[in-house]
Amino acid sequence: MEDAGNAPVLTARRAGMIACTECGKVHVPGPERCERCGSHLSSRDETSLQRVWAWLGAGLVVYVPANVYPMLKTTLLGKTTDSTIFGGVVDLMHHGSYGIAGIVFFASIMIPVAKFIAIAYLALSVTHRVKLSPGKRQHLYEVVEFVGRWSMIDVFVVAILASLVQLDFAAAINPGIAAISFALSVAFTMLSAQSFDPRLIWDASEEPEQ
Amino acid sequence: MSLADVVASELPPQINPALPPPAFTAEQAEHLIACPLCDTLHEERDIAVGETARCTRCHEILEAPRSMAMTRIIMLALSALVLMVAAMFFPFLELSVAGRVQRSSLLDTILAFSSGMTAPLTIAMASLIVILPSIRFLSLVYVLAPMAFGHRPARHAEFFFRLADHLRPWAMAEVFIVGVAVALVKVAGLAHLSIGPAFWAFVALVIVTVLKDTFMCRVTVWKTLETRRS
Repeated sequence: MEDAGNAPVLTARRAGMIACTECGKVHVPGPERCERCGSHLSSRDETSLQRVWAWLGAGLVVYVPANVYPMLKTTLLGKTTDSTIFGGVVDLMHHGSYGIAGIVFFASIMIPVAKFIAIAYLALSVTHRVKLSPGKRQHLYEVVEFVGRWSMIDVFVVAILASLVQLDFAAAINPGIAAISFALSVAFTMLSAQSFDPRLIWDASEEPEQ
Repeated sequence: MSLADVVASELPPQINPALPPPAFTAEQAEHLIACPLCDTLHEERDIAVGETARCTRCHEILEAPRSMAMTRIIMLALSALVLMVAAMFFPFLELSVAGRVQRSSLLDTILAFSSGMTAPLTIAMASLIVILPSIRFLSLVYVLAPMAFGHRPARHAEFFFRLADHLRPWAMAEVFIVGVAVALVKVAGLAHLSIGPAFWAFVALVIVTVLKDTFMCRVTVWKTLETRRS
């Protein structure tokens, strides 16, 4: 299976055909849209990498305030404390809930950073030679696509806590401004991953054979 | 050297837009299918119900028809819609502290961001948890129901099926459920918590959504749409 990437295969591009990425129908070049499903047709998405970098940049930019500003404002007996994402993890560890601290650390710090690196790596691997085989890179792409949406957990947790813990004087939790930039960061990285045309992963490995 | 040549040589070869002359005619192409992920061409064969056809190069699933898939998807999408309505209005979680009870429904959760500078997030929350999943269920029923009853596909069925497919990553009901679990553990030490009926409705909704997505094979639906249309 590892060698699958090296076996010569006939792609639609080498056959001079254009394939639909939505339904798999193969076309003779000419129509703008797929005759079966109406999706936009292109042999390779030439603007793919530009859009990947643009969304990734936007995602990185909003990821900074997401970590600097408070995510949660907790009011206990009239005293308000702000907590950032990282501060929340530290608080949880002080309370002894290492499991939850681990989950939150993993979901809101590790995964976003890993995703930024993975997308940048995939985009660079199109124009530069890399060690990882195309099959493994495609696997990485699928993992990034799958994992992306799960980072939204943090925003949902903040919303649930804020709607639930509203006991006027005794205790209240309100969302902080970082929630908005974190949600934007997740959305931008998802868009970045979606802009990537996975067919580009395989093209570089085909070149020497031509 | 013309400008076009310069541009072509500057570009990395793999995004060179020049295609070689087509190797197949339109009639021959009818019997081909390309992998949507890696562009490898395959000869189209009839895939038996229950079998899974994978790409020879990247092992992505090309076709996986399942028996009664259409009826099952419609039933599951309809049950998901009913569950969504239930999940909206029943209380979700209840928190009691020193004799005071605080109930929270899905609507309250969506409105949690509505005050102050986080207000735009309200729309995003409503879309991700309720609106986009509902649009997906509705468009699937719209696309598949006429075909299941043996009619021709409804008008613009292609548009709605593409919509359902594009919205899939943005419908985050199952992410929300895990969020609830995390929130539960966070508050559990602070106060007494009980789970309301809407929580179970939402859990059922997530299971139904996952089941529906395993029955659904994109390429099979597209082919069915095409044959029924003509």
